Amino acid sequence: MFTAAILAVLVALTLAVVRALRGPTVFDRLVGLNAVGNGAILLLALFGFLTGRPEFLDIGIIYALLNIIGTIAVLKFFRRGDLGYAGEEEEAGS
Amino acid sequence: MVLLTLMAAVVIGIVRVRNLFSVVVLGGIYSFLMATVMLVLDAVDVAMTEAAVGAGVSTVLMLSVLYLTKTEEHVPQHTPIVPLFVAIVTGAVLVYGTIDKPAFGIADTPMHNHVGARYLEQSIPETGVPNVVTSVLASYRGFDTLGETTVIFTAGIGVLLLMKRRSRKVDRSSDEEQG
Repeated sequence: MFTAAILAVLVALTLAVVRALRGPTVFDRLVGLNAVGNGAILLLALFGFLTGRPEFLDIGIIYALLNIIGTIAVLKFFRRGDLGYAGEEEEAGS
Repeated sequence: MVLLTLMAAVVIGIVRVRNLFSVVVLGGIYSFLMATVMLVLDAVDVAMTEAAVGAGVSTVLMLSVLYLTKTEEHVPQHTPIVPLFVAIVTGAVLVYGTIDKPAFGIADTPMHNHVGARYLEQSIPETGVPNVVTSVLASYRGFDTLGETTVIFTAGIGVLLLMKRRSRKVDRSSDEEQG
């Protein structure tokens, strides 16, 4: 059953990469990046259960956090044209 | 195998796309696929490092660099025959080097016979460090680790200096807006 699920996730990953490669705008590619990150997380969890090591789930959580950081950085760059912009709501130290 | 094919497709896309912003996004995708491949190869720590550095930090740093430069790549004037030749030759030499490596998962390789057992047996009486990896890194290879730390420290200073210059420019522009 896990093998079938892994195959399904691989197909989804392929579709996401196709979207990211063909995407006419940057936002299509960004959605592709997010989908690939999610696919990587799912693949990580499924592979952990397949090989009998469910502690891989912790690493999946770290992947999810990194995915959020990357997306926020890209979107902030797009909105402000600048990463060092300290908004009103955040007090960046450096 | 599917993952490697996808990685090759992403690399071709990176080479073909001229918008550097898209290249950064595709680089993040490449890092996630690479991390998954390393995970399947049972190198979980390397996969985590790849995801953290490749997909997280380097995306942010590349965007910082994009702020300093233009986001469109120029079309090259000449066809890059010589770099392609050098890259193919280097890849062929690397593949040739992997031919006489031992197969994946064999137990009687030099890596398992040389000093690993001694580290496992003697590390606590010799160094007193309960973690074997820490004892190898910090005691047996102490000078190596010191050199690595120096290199990373120097790189960190360089990055901080670059960021410092950029943030000062931002402050000046905001002052101009106020005044």
